Amino acid sequence: MLQAIWLIVRKDLTVEVRSREIAYTTLFFAVSCVLNFAFALVREGRPPQDGAAGILWISIAFAGTLALGRTFERERQSETLRALLLAPTARPAVYVGKLLGIIALLIVAEAILVPLVSLLFQAPLLAHPFWLLAVVLTGTIGFSAVGTLFAAMLVRARSRDVLLPVLLYPITVPVIIAGVRGTAALLQPEVDLGVVRFWVALLVSFDVVFVTLALWTFEPLMTD
Amino acid sequence: MPKWYTPVAIACGLMFVASPLLIANAPYEATMGLVQKIFYYHMPSAVMFLVAAIVCGIASARYLFGGSPHQDRVAWAAAELAVLFGIITLVTGPLWARKAWGVWWQWDVRLTSSLMGWMVAVAYLLVRRYGGPGSDKLAAGLALFGMANVPFIYISVNYWRTIHPATSVVPTLPVSMGLPLWFCLTAFVLLFVLLLKLRIYLEEERARLDALYLSIEE
Amino acid sequence: MKTLRSIVAAVLLLVGCVTPAVARQSADSSQPQPQPQSQSQKTEQQNAFIPIEQLPPQEQLPAARLLIAAYVFVLAALFLYVVSVSRRVGAVRREVQRLEADLKRTGRA
Repeated sequence: MLQAIWLIVRKDLTVEVRSREIAYTTLFFAVSCVLNFAFALVREGRPPQDGAAGILWISIAFAGTLALGRTFERERQSETLRALLLAPTARPAVYVGKLLGIIALLIVAEAILVPLVSLLFQAPLLAHPFWLLAVVLTGTIGFSAVGTLFAAMLVRARSRDVLLPVLLYPITVPVIIAGVRGTAALLQPEVDLGVVRFWVALLVSFDVVFVTLALWTFEPLMTD
Repeated sequence: MPKWYTPVAIACGLMFVASPLLIANAPYEATMGLVQKIFYYHMPSAVMFLVAAIVCGIASARYLFGGSPHQDRVAWAAAELAVLFGIITLVTGPLWARKAWGVWWQWDVRLTSSLMGWMVAVAYLLVRRYGGPGSDKLAAGLALFGMANVPFIYISVNYWRTIHPATSVVPTLPVSMGLPLWFCLTAFVLLFVLLLKLRIYLEEERARLDALYLSIEE
Repeated sequence: MKTLRSIVAAVLLLVGCVTPAVARQSADSSQPQPQPQSQSQKTEQQNAFIPIEQLPPQEQLPAARLLIAAYVFVLAALFLYVVSVSRRVGAVRREVQRLEADLKRTGRA
């Protein structure tokens, strides 16, 4: 099964590297999102206090939704999802393969977003890089776990562009809140690592619950 | 409709008529006074909101893994009731809070997670209505994730600093307050069962209609 | 859709009723209370009525308004929901009857 996962990830990676369509558009969208926030909220060079954490995670959520939509739209157009499901691979492998692809894409986006937000909103995000990585990574996994499942489910539905955010955002609110609070805790003048550890632990438990639920329901949800 | 329906409906109606009397006779709360009496309807509707979410989640799981259309109808009915009881909770709560806490709303864990759980229920209804073919399975998946939210809502007040009363309040109520509460809770449980059955009946009638249409097309 | 419409209409209606009342009440409570009437003015009051802008605190009942609004909302929401479901059941039943009559007429062709 690991081989199947690796094959799927490699397939997505190859397609993406050749066209770079989703990567460029998602990155551009994420950057323009942050810039919009900066234009709107930074007054006379003074950013809003404690705004950086929320803005970072909102941008990640928006960019993630866009990336999810585009990834599965591409699958829908080439009917590759049906081919994947018809192939004799275990269904969970298809899910995990797509999930890893989305996470990789989001990590690339975050690699640009974090320094950008740090700069524009004068927030010392990179002061504790290990903990920031923990918060961002666990949050991304949680968001992507739910997002990949719903985006895959929506491939054949009507109004799928509107339904993805409708389904995704209420469910991922706990992940976003935990991510924002964890990041905000890292931006305090005196960082209380206990608080950060708490939010990371909470994010890990969300990840475990969401990935388990998604693996469990992927098969019945994708069969007609 | 089954035979038990009318007698239970009458009993439930009588309980609702009697409840204001019991509530009026209950003692005032020391710090919150008269406005605390919203509690006797707010708490049961919150319980029914969570119960509806759980029923929807379990029925959705059974539908996904078993395929029985009856479970799908139960899930849809339970989702509608979750929206109904959720909105009752989310309106009576702030009306109480305005006097008791001085603010209509607070972004603390209990309120935020309840609001998000309610939005999941609304999203379920939107998906069923506008999702097109395959929306039953989609909504079932959504309901499962929404149900995972429920224990979180319930225990959140005990682990976070929150302005909302903790779960230790109900077990430690004096009898003078406990009696009206359990009375109202029973009335709400009966109401939930009645409404659920009524809503499932609607789906069954719709299924009959669909079967008729299909038989015409043959 | 009808369910949501009826629930939203009920909420809007009740919020529309409650908000001005509560806003008035909170505006009342944020302004200074009038001084109680002193003994020497009592005889004057017997000769002429003296108006005041707002009720003294013990006469104000914001809690009662909120309480009544809450209970009215609960009952209205439940009632509207039952009406919504009954209407939908009626519509489906009528449709079923119409179809069955059609089928009978055309001899289940």
